[in-house]
Amino acid sequence: MAASIQPIPPHDVALSVCDLTVNLPKGMERTYAVENISFDLKRGQILCVIGESGSGKSVTANAIMGLLPKVIRVSSGTIQLDGMNIIGLSPDKLRSLRGRVVSMIFQDPLSALNPLMTVGAQIDEVMAAHGVGTPKSRRGRAIELLTEVGLPDPELMYHQYPFRLSGGQRQRVMIAMALALEPTILIADEPTTALDVTTQAQILELIRDIQRRKGMSVMFITHDFGVVAEIADSVVVMEKGHIVEQGSAQQVLKSPGHPYTRRLIAAVPHLTGEDRVPLETADKAPILKVEGLMKTYRSGSSLFSAQRVVPAVNEVSFDLAPGRTLGVVGESGSGKSSLGRLLIKLLDSDGGGILFEGRDIAKLSEAEFRPLRPRVQMIFQDPFASLNPRSTIGHILTVGPIAHGTPYAQAREEAKALLAHVGLDAGAFDRFPHEFSGGQRQRIGIARALMFKPKLLIADEAVSALDVSIQAQILQLLDQIQRETGVSMIFITHDLRVASQICDEIAVMQKGRIVERGPPSQIFLDPQSAYTRELVAAIPGERPGTTRPVAANG
Amino acid sequence: MRGFLLNRLSQSLILLLIVSVIGFLVLNLLPGGPLAQFGLDPGMTQDDLDRLKEQLGLNRPLLMQYFDWAWRLLQGDWGHSFRDGTPVLAVIGRHVPATLLLMGTSTAIAIAIGTWIGIRGATHRYSLFDHMATIGAMVALSIPTFWFGLVGIYIFSLQLGWLPAGNMYTIGDGSVLNYLHHLILPSIVLSLVHVAIWSRYMRTATLDAISQDFVKTARAKGLSERRVIMKHVVGNALLPMITLAGVQLPSILTGALVTETVFTWPGMGRLFLDSLGYSDYPVVMGLLMFSAILVILGNLIADIAVAIVDPRIRLG
Repeated sequence: MAASIQPIPPHDVALSVCDLTVNLPKGMERTYAVENISFDLKRGQILCVIGESGSGKSVTANAIMGLLPKVIRVSSGTIQLDGMNIIGLSPDKLRSLRGRVVSMIFQDPLSALNPLMTVGAQIDEVMAAHGVGTPKSRRGRAIELLTEVGLPDPELMYHQYPFRLSGGQRQRVMIAMALALEPTILIADEPTTALDVTTQAQILELIRDIQRRKGMSVMFITHDFGVVAEIADSVVVMEKGHIVEQGSAQQVLKSPGHPYTRRLIAAVPHLTGEDRVPLETADKAPILKVEGLMKTYRSGSSLFSAQRVVPAVNEVSFDLAPGRTLGVVGESGSGKSSLGRLLIKLLDSDGGGILFEGRDIAKLSEAEFRPLRPRVQMIFQDPFASLNPRSTIGHILTVGPIAHGTPYAQAREEAKALLAHVGLDAGAFDRFPHEFSGGQRQRIGIARALMFKPKLLIADEAVSALDVSIQAQILQLLDQIQRETGVSMIFITHDLRVASQICDEIAVMQKGRIVERGPPSQIFLDPQSAYTRELVAAIPGERPGTTRPVAANG
Repeated sequence: MRGFLLNRLSQSLILLLIVSVIGFLVLNLLPGGPLAQFGLDPGMTQDDLDRLKEQLGLNRPLLMQYFDWAWRLLQGDWGHSFRDGTPVLAVIGRHVPATLLLMGTSTAIAIAIGTWIGIRGATHRYSLFDHMATIGAMVALSIPTFWFGLVGIYIFSLQLGWLPAGNMYTIGDGSVLNYLHHLILPSIVLSLVHVAIWSRYMRTATLDAISQDFVKTARAKGLSERRVIMKHVVGNALLPMITLAGVQLPSILTGALVTETVFTWPGMGRLFLDSLGYSDYPVVMGLLMFSAILVILGNLIADIAVAIVDPRIRLG
């Protein structure tokens, strides 16, 4: 296409991407990050770009910001911001657009702010960089912005350093910064993914509210159809660098045309409110009985300074029958991960008892607990960090059982059988972790835990790092394994929707205590505690009356 | 902050105690003992040696000698040199200025140039400049300093005659220019290694900082590349460098053994070598304690500096 006959987008379009192709450097999985993608963002609307990892959605955002790394180049197509093509603009011209015409907020608010500068200085900087205002007027504007994004005590906030703020507060500061110069377009790259569900709901509401008040155009990148249902006016679905479907939110959610969209929507874990058919087991005696378990963290303790005391797990009691799954849900800091670590004795408890098969393991020393360790196994959150990159899969799987006395040949046979069982071919035995995708690595993690034929599996956020479609597969695998082996499971997660898929019973934790425990039907349909109600209400895409994804079939 | 300082002070005292005990033991267990040097004098008889021993209190049990020495040390009496009877602190005070001049100059050069090379290498990663800097650092680190010193003397003093081959000044000429003239060659030779170390650390620290999310935020705000680098990247990259500077600080006063010897520079490094050669134990012990105190001070200053610069530590 010759540059002279580019279509000029109509006036109601704030951002128009036309036939954009971005190449990747040689030696990558594919030659392009995105290929021939076209979409429009209408003025005053929220456009959600949805896709799984590797779909090219972040590359698109960076291309619009003019922030692509040097090795990744736009090879063809146009990006029109307010009717101006920005492809081929000089770096200086692009810089003058950033923060003024188009702003961006990022996924991880904990690392997106400079730790050495006050909140006020960082907001001031946006305006100063574009030569707007005097120091005094900028200060006034910054405080106005801090008020606008709903931060308490803006005057004080202005002088705070980021480390003093919670994740949600930092994301509010990011939004204040992005709004400073009233840009035409706001790009939000997974801005709520790293946040707790109640904070996520607040931030989504803030973005929607600001967008309406200012008539701003928002490009919202996400992987979560629940979020799409909450805020989108229109949707672009991306898969492996291509747009496979686009249209209004209503249309895409209600009657998705492309099989990939349908798969993505179907894979969204959905609140069922229905209880799982429990596995029938011969033995009904609880395999695990926890009584008044306590763990208190002490920090800052030294010869001359006072301690800070944080009760992480406070008087927690529950029991777990064989072949059942107990979900432990809560927000960050609720103590759910500490509880998991206590149960597997990676942490020592301060009080209370853990009766595993009738024996109190809380008081056992490391040496006494060692023979029991194979029977309680853990599946970790990050499949990229939890496998040693220098060991073969075979070594990772067999090293534990061999240490506990299994002959090598037998361990090898069992490992190969288990790999087949979790859906990998036996050739995986001699390969290294980096040769596998995230979902495959989590399967390896599960196989590793199963090598010991455990009685109890503790899964700490085992699917949180995975794309939704992979998440669904792993949940299915865990369910299948439980039905075959009768293993009991403690499933720790921050995602109530995930918990509702796999748990017989759910315990809701807040500030170290279990505030409510019951089957999913109770937790989701008839929550007893105020906190549970708050959590359930905050789940994106699940509020009564909003557009619900189809394929919600429980 | 007060608790932190008290904690560090108590740790430091224990450390000093350990250093002094080990130093004292090792020196006294060496063959020949403290009087080996006197024994070499042909006119010295066994009776003389015994008398000397008694005079210096060296015939007492080791433990008593140690406590006596330590007690005097705390009172500011670091003993007297065996060589000329000057108080040890005076001997040290006489040699510190020369070392301070040489080490201060070369450290200043090293930090300035090393920081610049490190930042540029990181912002222009894998460029020709970066590759040259990497190779240059490898060369500077793998060739011993005395070789650079000798080659420098051969070329600039012997062949070209531009610079003096050694000493801190020409006797009879104490002008500032004369000092500076003598300073050029040794300070450059010394800074070669330090530039290499600093630039490598600075490059790594800058690369760490540059890949942080807040740098992306800074770019998204539309800041100029210069401000992104100077304010957001370098600010954060310098934090770990403060600790490194704290480790380097003591060497500014304790001197460089090899370079001072090659250039006959009358500093602390040469004092240490000479005192060892003469078995001048009071001076050697004094130097040992002096540098131990400096190491502790250097680290303490670095920790305080980090706390001042980093709000997470200052306020957290």
